[in-house]
Amino acid sequence: MLVHQLTYEQRTFWRSREAAVFIFVFPLLLYTLLGSVYSDEIEINGVGVPSADVLLAGLFGYGAANTAFGGLAIILVNRRELGILKRLRSTPLAPATYITAVLLSTLAIFALQAVALVLLGKLAFDASAPANWLGFAGAVVLGVACFAGLGLGAASLIRSAEGVSAVVNVVLLPMAFLSGSFGPREEYPAFLNAIADVLPLTYFLDVVNGVYLDGESLFADPKALAVVAAWGAAGLAIALRRFSWMPRER
Amino acid sequence: MTSDAIVVRDLHKSYDGVEALRGVSFDVRAGEVFGLLGPNGAGKTTTVEILEGYRRRDDGEVTVLGHDPTAAPRALRERIGVVLQHSELHPLLTVRETHRMFAGYYARPRDVDEVIDLVGLAEKRDAPLKTLSGGQKRRLDLGVALIGDPDLVFLDEPTTGFDPAARRSAWEMIRALRSLGKTILLTTHYLDEAQQLADRVAVIQAGRIVSLGTPAELIGATETVEVRFVRDGEPVVIPTDDPTRTLHELTSEALASGRRLEHLEVRRPTLEDVYLELVDGDAEDAA
Repeated sequence: MLVHQLTYEQRTFWRSREAAVFIFVFPLLLYTLLGSVYSDEIEINGVGVPSADVLLAGLFGYGAANTAFGGLAIILVNRRELGILKRLRSTPLAPATYITAVLLSTLAIFALQAVALVLLGKLAFDASAPANWLGFAGAVVLGVACFAGLGLGAASLIRSAEGVSAVVNVVLLPMAFLSGSFGPREEYPAFLNAIADVLPLTYFLDVVNGVYLDGESLFADPKALAVVAAWGAAGLAIALRRFSWMPRER
Repeated sequence: MTSDAIVVRDLHKSYDGVEALRGVSFDVRAGEVFGLLGPNGAGKTTTVEILEGYRRRDDGEVTVLGHDPTAAPRALRERIGVVLQHSELHPLLTVRETHRMFAGYYARPRDVDEVIDLVGLAEKRDAPLKTLSGGQKRRLDLGVALIGDPDLVFLDEPTTGFDPAARRSAWEMIRALRSLGKTILLTTHYLDEAQQLADRVAVIQAGRIVSLGTPAELIGATETVEVRFVRDGEPVVIPTDDPTRTLHELTSEALASGRRLEHLEVRRPTLEDVYLELVDGDAEDAA
């Protein structure tokens, strides 16, 4: 039944052009644009790194947040408000099976996006291949786990289908900017960096840079891992307390 | 008790201190169409949503096909079909894909194409849901509710917003379901719908069942008939429990005084009259 639901999740996702463009294509598009703007090396902690590599890591992080946090929250709130979740609830489909299928579908979409980013980087900007492939794959799973936790939490708090896209982007874009997804944040003023220092994406990017650029193990930076996990767990905790299958009362 | 599909005893439910249900009791027998009739806000949807497992009751006993719906065990969900008042499905999936998706949730689903034919969507088989009309969407809801071959079907206001032709065809479909041996719990605020479809009707008003029986019994329950006529251009209505005596008195007087009773008729009340009498006065408009 999990596989059955997973195939229908994939089918509904790819058939929706809006979802496919905003969730799948958008990070690739941003990479193309930013990659064309920054052409030199970017200094990170005093070391010059090809900008194509920095941006690839940054947009990988943005993509994880966009797909698993933004995409998941939008999909779930819309389905809840349409009554789809309520309708499913009266069938023998177990809620846990359904949520698992939705999460695996999100993972599949982001994994495909990660591969597309690496290919695009390689072909268009001569970016490096991941130094640690296994760690890179681990980062895909970690990113989806953390941001899907936050996406479930956000879906539980956002009450209207009309507002969900706006709320998601108001959170997502500043976070990506502050965390350095769209370029180096070395020269940001101190107060912006202070905000960035609590955001999950900042720490997730640290992990991504480690496995992608430096060939480190996924577990090389326990502090960053812990912060990422804590954010994901916080989102999940909210979801467990507040998630509803029923639409708002009308 | 095995022949009862649903047993409800003294059901109570409040929302934020407002009593939506104040002791509702009724039984639905296996194989019958049971109508829950009442104005908006009377407690119809609250009642069915408790039976469907969506809401918890505050007090009372509820059994659906031998199960407590609060826990909504899988064994129960395999055997019920639900048509919700407001619900949509994925707009980009086709009619057939939607039925297939739902068929995958059940241990013994019905044949997808057979169900699509049954609800009259054969021509729309490969159309995405976003292209369906309102009436077609409700038929899709019904098809999806039937895909698991349920013993018990909940229909919450299945024809609200339909044009007369669409209502007729929905009624035909509900009669067809009944002939398949399904038990059907139908909520409606249309009297003619209850009268046309239901074997038995419970009238619910302000969270209480105010009357329960076959449509004929509900009409027969009131002894009062009306004698109507027009005298000196004025319409007159005289309710009476003893029409023979009333008519005799009226006609004797009319003959004696030489006045005519135009348009004289003796009328038994319709279900509508009974219903309006039952829910009169304190009908609540709250949704």
